Amino acid sequence: MLESIIAYGLATGAVYAMIGVTYNVMFSASRVFSFTAGVLGMLGGVLGSLFILRLHLPAALGFVATLAAGALVGIVTEIVTVRPVLKSLDQHLYVLSTLAFALLIQQFTAIEWSTEPQPFPRLLPLPGGPLDQQFWLPILACAATIIGLELLYRRTLVGRAFLAIAEDSYAARALGLPEQRLRMASYALAGAIGALAGFAGGEVLLAFFANAPMLNFYGFVPVALGGMGSNRGAAIGGLALGLFQQAANFLVGGIFASVAVFAVFIVVLLARPEGLAGAGTARRV
Amino acid sequence: MDAPAPPRAPFGVTEPALVRPKSMATLEMAAPYIGLTLAAICLPLVSDDYWGGIATRACVYWVLVSGLNLVVGFAGQIAIGWVALLTLGAYTASVLTAGTATPELSPYLALILAGSAGAIFGVIVGLPALRLRTFYFAMTTLGFATIVTQVALAWGSVTGGGVGVAGPIFPGPFSTQWGFYYFCLILAALCTWMTANIAASRFGRGLIAIRDAEVAAEACGIAKPVLLMTVFLFSGAAAGVAGGLFASLQSYITPDAFTFDLSVLFFIAILIGGRGSILGPLLGTIILTVLPEFSAPLVAWSTFLYAALLLLIVLAIPGGIAELLDYKNRRPLERHREIVPRPDLLPRVLNRTIEAGPLILDGITLSFGGVRAIDALDLELRPGEVHGLIGPNGSGKTTTLNVISGYYPPQAGVARLNGIALPPGAAPLRASRRIARTFQTPRLIGGASVLQNVMIGGTIDGHGSFAESLLALPRHWRDETRLREAALSALSVVGLAQLGAVRADRLQHSELRFIEIARALMLRPAFLLLDEPAAGLSAEEIRRLGALIVAISHHGTGVLLVEHHADLIFDICDRITVLNLGRVLAVGTPAEIRSHREVVSAYLGA
Repeated sequence: MLESIIAYGLATGAVYAMIGVTYNVMFSASRVFSFTAGVLGMLGGVLGSLFILRLHLPAALGFVATLAAGALVGIVTEIVTVRPVLKSLDQHLYVLSTLAFALLIQQFTAIEWSTEPQPFPRLLPLPGGPLDQQFWLPILACAATIIGLELLYRRTLVGRAFLAIAEDSYAARALGLPEQRLRMASYALAGAIGALAGFAGGEVLLAFFANAPMLNFYGFVPVALGGMGSNRGAAIGGLALGLFQQAANFLVGGIFASVAVFAVFIVVLLARPEGLAGAGTARRV
Repeated sequence: MDAPAPPRAPFGVTEPALVRPKSMATLEMAAPYIGLTLAAICLPLVSDDYWGGIATRACVYWVLVSGLNLVVGFAGQIAIGWVALLTLGAYTASVLTAGTATPELSPYLALILAGSAGAIFGVIVGLPALRLRTFYFAMTTLGFATIVTQVALAWGSVTGGGVGVAGPIFPGPFSTQWGFYYFCLILAALCTWMTANIAASRFGRGLIAIRDAEVAAEACGIAKPVLLMTVFLFSGAAAGVAGGLFASLQSYITPDAFTFDLSVLFFIAILIGGRGSILGPLLGTIILTVLPEFSAPLVAWSTFLYAALLLLIVLAIPGGIAELLDYKNRRPLERHREIVPRPDLLPRVLNRTIEAGPLILDGITLSFGGVRAIDALDLELRPGEVHGLIGPNGSGKTTTLNVISGYYPPQAGVARLNGIALPPGAAPLRASRRIARTFQTPRLIGGASVLQNVMIGGTIDGHGSFAESLLALPRHWRDETRLREAALSALSVVGLAQLGAVRADRLQHSELRFIEIARALMLRPAFLLLDEPAAGLSAEEIRRLGALIVAISHHGTGVLLVEHHADLIFDICDRITVLNLGRVLAVGTPAEIRSHREVVSAYLGA
């Protein structure tokens, strides 16, 4: 039992962590929390199943196509829901526009794909067991994402430009950085990461439209608790959340697990609205 | 003092709405509601049972949406998981009447208890809104919605789990389909009336102020926690009652009946209707309920359609239906408007008898990070005096104002009014001490009328409670009449009475500055803090502003004036404090300051 708690917990936790990273990448480029983060994770599973099981593409090709589609959704998110409202004085409009866009995609998937969970293909011809690919694939993908982003941000010029935008977009623009294109690139990157999360966790979470709101919430919990913008915080928070949830699931039942996660989330945020690792509030007047 | 003598109308507009008989204006506002009610009452004459069911559903939804509207449309809290409270109310009513856990109760009692349960959980769900920013709060409501359904599924012994439980059946005249329709219609009409009362009260204006100008709301003494919790309580109760009705309408409920799509419908009906409106969301609810009935494919695609509508509204018409209906605010305004303050009318506003002592800052120190914004600052403001606060950019002028008005708690030192220490960092408590202020950038509610904006300044002088406003009891009317009259007087004083009915975001910058002064005057302030009131004004307007400020001080109000226009400062101030790098460089009369060597070299320039 213990090993299946750990295996399931780390696998789902890795998916949550990657959705958290998706939130972060979009947030740092635009100061916008987008409801499309969970939708991207859902699409990763659905598109993977669509490309490989229904359209019979080879797994590698299906993988690339899924990530490309995720990136495309990311770009459309930026153009349709973020860019028009960024200029607006009313800072809350983005919550509504991204929510509307997320619902559009989710409902479209429910109607055109299926309202029932659909199977996700086995990606590698390996034997199963407690160390099955469905458990280590998401963990591997999560580790690759975190390390890849670290390298991107620290070692490449584009990555440093991303950081500059995240730190101070006015100053970055004054330096001549193409803010808008960088923002689009960030959203494309976030789209690909979100799709990767759903794809890697496909066998655990299945190809199911209702994964979108579920991932939206459980992906946001590590971000909110770990402090926004911190990918390492999201990774640690996500894995801890997955383990906690699975342990509670096995030991006391699923309801308690959800209630407990929710309660912890609310209590921590009420005590420290800026997250466990976040900084204090800014000046208001 | 140079008050413009003849009280002429400064430009030839007929004064809108304000001078018309009040009954006419009320009738015009009530007309759409009366029309809708009549149509709803006559519905059984022209409609079959199928449409009767849809109309009942629209009524039930509106009972919930009317309450949620105060949360989303007025207070601006993004509560997207409100279906959770509908679920809770539905199960409470059904379980209590079915008697699975308790003795069987009467459906009416069960409905009341459903409302109570909704109210309690409304507050619990709402609590995080006090501390969390928009997206976080949206997420907590979303999380709550998921959990309630899971609990309903798992708690099989009480809720029947996936099998479900029968909804309550109301006895007597309400047992038939049309009887039940009228029952729901009465409750829906009641909710409309109650929320419209709130919308037109100081509580409704306070909610909009929290939504659009939170900082200014605090300066007006609006206590966000109390107000928000009251609204969550009411909204939760409405949702709980709606849940009980919903269960009865469905006649049998399972967790599947409460999809997230319903939440989306409620939420989007409000935004399509327009924030800060009652009629708009009412029409939105009717439209969204009826729309999918026109063709079968629309049923499956309804949530998709709602989402598309939401996206369209957010991107194209953020004001929603209410903005489309607001034809009055599309009439062009006079181009060349002139602001002619009437300081001679001040006695109507500042009819205060309280004699305040001085406001004294003693050794106030505040740093931001490594920067000492103000350093051991002493300052004395006397009643009836205009005190200028000048200094280069970054010398700590606005920070001083923010410490006095309680936005920043100082790290050392104390501010005393009349010898009693002001609680540090408690902005909403300043209004009751009669300390009013304006802001460097005017902080007004763009979507509300000028008159409403000014009335917000007098919020703390209302006596009626939320419940009294809800039911439009006498004290509510007395409050409203008094606040309206005071606001009209304050607007006349600053010379903008003719713009009272206009939406504030249509005015020009200089007018907004004067409206902020009118709002501050509503407090009958003992001390008035003005943060660069002359910025962006023409030379003539600055002269009139100066005369107005002097007149205000002659009524016993102490004025602290932060300004860069040296002429204005030296013309009207009784005393001047010069700041440099957070420290007092000099204090004295205008003549002393003008000849002060350090001031001249540091600031005024030789």
